[in-house]
Amino acid sequence: MSDATPAISPESRPRLPRGVRLVHNEAHGGWVLLAPERIFKADPTATEILKRCTGEATLGSIVDDLAKSYTAPRERILADVSGLLQGLAEKKLLEL
Amino acid sequence: MLAELTHRCPLGCPYCSNPLALDPRESELDTRTWARIFREAAALNVLQVHLSGGEPGARRDLVEITAAAHSSGLYTNLITSAIGITPATLARLADAGLDHVQISIQDSEPVSADHIAGYQGAFARKKELAAEVVRLKIPLTVNVVVHRANVERIGAMVEMAIRHGASRVEIAHVQYYGWALHNREALLPTAEQTARALQVVEELRRQHRGAIVIDAVVPDYYAHFPKPCVGGWGRRSLNVTPAGKVLPCHAAESIPGLEFWSVRDHSLADIWANSPAFNAFRGTAWMKEPCRSCARRDIDFGGCRCQAFAITGDARAADPVCHLSPHHDEVVALTTGQRDVPYSYRVNRKSRVKVPESHMR
Repeated sequence: MSDATPAISPESRPRLPRGVRLVHNEAHGGWVLLAPERIFKADPTATEILKRCTGEATLGSIVDDLAKSYTAPRERILADVSGLLQGLAEKKLLEL
Repeated sequence: MLAELTHRCPLGCPYCSNPLALDPRESELDTRTWARIFREAAALNVLQVHLSGGEPGARRDLVEITAAAHSSGLYTNLITSAIGITPATLARLADAGLDHVQISIQDSEPVSADHIAGYQGAFARKKELAAEVVRLKIPLTVNVVVHRANVERIGAMVEMAIRHGASRVEIAHVQYYGWALHNREALLPTAEQTARALQVVEELRRQHRGAIVIDAVVPDYYAHFPKPCVGGWGRRSLNVTPAGKVLPCHAAESIPGLEFWSVRDHSLADIWANSPAFNAFRGTAWMKEPCRSCARRDIDFGGCRCQAFAITGDARAADPVCHLSPHHDEVVALTTGQRDVPYSYRVNRKSRVKVPESHMR
């Protein structure tokens, strides 16, 4: 397997697979991703991205939406979002 | 939270972590009590419940129990041998809100797998249920318990998990508690086998990146530092036995003198905060040297209390797996204590498999 990671298509509609849930729990410090036998803390940035991974919004529209809410260049947001989603997909926590 | 719904199990795996004295069926908690425990657990901020055993499929009310856990808001994980869960039951479990299934496999070779499980036909049944889990689109983890008889076939077992459609595989080297401790001489791999196994897992991770997630539990006896057992005593986990006793970890009853409270007499919150067993090794005040002044005391919490007791006779001692323990030599000695003795199975079964001598390693 090559180490090169292909870019995610802007038309991709990322979503949490069955068995992965984003839930809020104060005692666990806010938003957490519940996954098979594992729990991941989601930082505020990851939470904002994951809330938009509904399977309906495309990657392009998620980045557009985030660019409106945050004062950061679109390319930078695209890179951050793609990096996070790619990492989660590799851990089977996200479907692209 | 680990919910041990029953100690009954059709398999007899010689590494079973259940205690040597099993809770009988008559003492098992009923459906309503489990439902109450799940509500109390959710209120205590428990997020996940592992429905385990024994074989949870031995409970006729497994669907009702799962539905109750789900409606309490818990993430539900079924840990099964696959024996006793029919496709019809699985479909009802999926409807009841089951989030995830973990199926254990014993080996990639059918004869050896059935021998280890002590159950003829287990290998085939596991494959069938795995296919059904995948068909229902429930995420599947395959759990591989590794010991001397199968340690050379980790690669083949991971490939088998991928063929089964698992998204995750857990390579769990046997931890020596309960029946595993009883069968230690027959189960323990050699140092060379263990070192090779760790290397193989790293290679497999590279090879299958993106295809399957490989989680590995390190083989305790060969570690340098101890594992932070259950994330620290009374910090993150709890275990409810079939009869309703609440334990800080599943092996805690092996430590004499601890007073466990039952869900029959107390709420889970009361037990968590006040039961003597939970407070026995909470925090760091109970520690002796070398743990007490160790820089890692808040990282590994002195390791495992049950292992400290099993090997040193003192539950407050450092886990002897730690190279800083004055008893570490005893663990090193144990790692060369392999003997080719037959397994002692946890139950006497009629379906005991007859196997050729070559598989009796």
